[in-house]
Amino acid sequence: MTSDAWVLTALTIITAATPLVYAAIGELVVEKSGVLNLGVEGMMLAGAVASFAVAHVTGLGYLGALAGAVAGTTLAALFALLTLGFQASQVAAGLSLTIFGTGLTALLGQPLVGIAFKGVPEFAIPVLAEVPVIGQLFFRHDLFVYGSFILVPAVAWFLYRTNAGLTLRAVGDSHDAAHALGIQVLRWRLAAILFGGCCAGIAGSYLALSYSPMWVENMTAGRGWIALALVVFATWRPGRLLLGAYLFGAISILQLHGQAVGLEIPSQFMSMLPYLATIIVLVLTSMDRGKISLHAPRCIGQPFYPAS
Amino acid sequence: MSNKPVQSLQPLLSLKGISKSFPGCLANDSIDLDIQQNEIHALLGQNGAGKSTLVKIMYGLLQPDKGEMTWQGNPLTVRSPAHARRLGIAMVFQHFSLFDSLTVLENIKLGLVGSDNHQSSRQLREEVLSLSERYGLPLAPDKHTYTLSVGEKQRIEILRCLLQSPQLLIMDEPTSVLTPQEVDALFVTLRNLRDDGVAILYISHKLQEIRSLCDRATILRNGVKVAVADPTKESATSLARLMIGDSADREFTDSQPSQSLTGTTLKVRNLSLWPNNNFAINLHDINFDVVPGEILGIAGVAGNGQDELMQVLSGETPVDRDVLQLNFNVCADAELSVSKSITKKIGHLKPGARRKLGLGVIPEERLGQATVPSMSLAENTLLTGFRRLPLAPGGWIKKRRLRNFTGQLLENYNVVYGDLNDAVTSLSGGNLQKLIVGREIEQQPSVLIVSQPTWGVDAGAAAQIRHKLREMAADGVAVLVISQDLDELLEVSTHIMAICAGRTSRVYPSAELDAATIGILMGGDTIESTHKVDAAPVLDGDHDASV
Repeated sequence: MTSDAWVLTALTIITAATPLVYAAIGELVVEKSGVLNLGVEGMMLAGAVASFAVAHVTGLGYLGALAGAVAGTTLAALFALLTLGFQASQVAAGLSLTIFGTGLTALLGQPLVGIAFKGVPEFAIPVLAEVPVIGQLFFRHDLFVYGSFILVPAVAWFLYRTNAGLTLRAVGDSHDAAHALGIQVLRWRLAAILFGGCCAGIAGSYLALSYSPMWVENMTAGRGWIALALVVFATWRPGRLLLGAYLFGAISILQLHGQAVGLEIPSQFMSMLPYLATIIVLVLTSMDRGKISLHAPRCIGQPFYPAS
Repeated sequence: MSNKPVQSLQPLLSLKGISKSFPGCLANDSIDLDIQQNEIHALLGQNGAGKSTLVKIMYGLLQPDKGEMTWQGNPLTVRSPAHARRLGIAMVFQHFSLFDSLTVLENIKLGLVGSDNHQSSRQLREEVLSLSERYGLPLAPDKHTYTLSVGEKQRIEILRCLLQSPQLLIMDEPTSVLTPQEVDALFVTLRNLRDDGVAILYISHKLQEIRSLCDRATILRNGVKVAVADPTKESATSLARLMIGDSADREFTDSQPSQSLTGTTLKVRNLSLWPNNNFAINLHDINFDVVPGEILGIAGVAGNGQDELMQVLSGETPVDRDVLQLNFNVCADAELSVSKSITKKIGHLKPGARRKLGLGVIPEERLGQATVPSMSLAENTLLTGFRRLPLAPGGWIKKRRLRNFTGQLLENYNVVYGDLNDAVTSLSGGNLQKLIVGREIEQQPSVLIVSQPTWGVDAGAAAQIRHKLREMAADGVAVLVISQDLDELLEVSTHIMAICAGRTSRVYPSAELDAATIGILMGGDTIESTHKVDAAPVLDGDHDASV
């Protein structure tokens, strides 16, 4: 491959990783607060269909993204109502959110099938974009990609450098102790769930507006599940999550390129890899109670009943 | 005591006629309490005496039904724990509210979130370090909490409180989870704090500690304040008597039941256990026998190893096979009264296998351990019943047989219930306990182990249960009762021993003991004269109390 081909491959990896980054960092915040939302796939689909519809009608791609974020947040609010309000099982509520999202978007998106959209504009950053290779890789993107570059360090800074982030982690570590300190556990969890929904919505928007600008039923194709796996793979740490997102992105791209150059690895094997890696990490996590599990939120999945 | 508290004119905190009742019990009955500045004030009482309720009222977790509080002479209503902290009342709980995966400093910081104390991490770190040095509370600020010992965790809690410069520090049973060395260190810290003008309310039932640490003691019994004493001037015996009362009138003064020739003896030999858990108590070389016809009572303050002992006896924690033995005495020839003895080592057996051999167990936790809360009365009867009763031969449940048996059981034990298919949660505590006791007794165990048989059970049901236990023993069953209720032990037991910090005392015939003496045994001390209790056990191995 020529160096141009390398850059091109790297670019496709970045674009493939971007939706994963959004969805996974959102879920990471949710899980850090002690909530497991398995509805990422559903919220991404809602974001995708809403953003595509709005962008199609108004012609404004980024307005569509906003609509996508709102749609994701709305589904997340439904999840919050079920799990925080009615103390429903988080696993059941999350799964039904995905099933619900898949069905609803297929229904609502029917008139949108087959419509083409021009995509969202890119913004080349002056001067920096002219730098060979690096400019091409990092400074000629649409706002989604820039946003993903900023979002992960911002979340890491929030979680580990601010009082609010400390409180959020505390809520996920022991909600009873947090409650005893007078922290409003349910409010923090609500905020985290809504943030997660917003991120998943944006991830879906990116797929429908930029990655492959169109609407197809079930177009997320399991990326929501990969994002969930990614959070575990990253052992709940934002830095590793970024790394993992690009790794998983690369795997999905290799799958395509591998077929193009006639590589003999079955594509099914490649699409299995992210999950396999996650299983290995899960095994390692449960073996070593010390270091790896340190970042795991201990209250994850447990409903909180505020004591009277 | 070198530093006698200065009795200022006005108490720091004063309680007048505080009453608080819960459904079915009057937890605090018009209690008066004064806490002066510069004193370590003990709040002393048995479990259920009303200490926790009173403290929760002071800390704003509960509101009193009646009574008044004044703070530095001004009328006071504590609305919430946050309000209490703002006033200068801080509390260190028995169970810590710490976050295991966060660092020491992060944990301390979280305790401050919400107060107007917005410091930078560096300032906070410096303040924590200086406080920890000043009061002898060594801590590494960046260590993760899950790596710390219980004592270190407690230091975090204390530091958290001290950062808010409290005027009153409430400590709820602070030493119940500490090693002796950690206790000594804690006492040094508390005395330093007292000398710096912080009043300390120290809740405990450990007499020695109170005698060596506290300046004054308010003693509660059954929700009533019975005395204010100077613990340095009282003996452990007199404090114990105040705490427990002389109410240990015994109905059960039968002579020793004749030991039957046949029956099963439970032998515990060299039982030592070091559970791999910070909160568990180690057991040290415990030896005893429970012989047929005997009811052996084990007295002790909660958390001194009873739970661990119970788990070993029931089989939840398997041990070496030699540690527990069942000695079956079977009558080989009745006329010649020749008996044959078979010993079976059961230390390694699981609970089910032990039940099969005739070792019945009634655990303390009624819901969740003795029964499955959401299952029906009949199903719960089956859960242990199928081991020795033909309720499910070959694994097939005989529904009709089970229903008949359960119905009979409920009737025999006067359990008030709705329907056999109701969940056990529909029963009141007393009725549920009667069901559990009945379920085990009907299986005709040869050894019965009971923990807290009448905990939280109304008087009528309690009397019934005790009566059943005595009947069992009269029938030649070896019965072991672990209880915190001394009156109960004195009433039912033929023999009593005490457990303290995982060690057991000698076994005494209960006729030779009274409540005060048992109180001393529960504190880990020995009584020299075993025959004459009134030859008072003077405890002048006195830990020197002066600083």
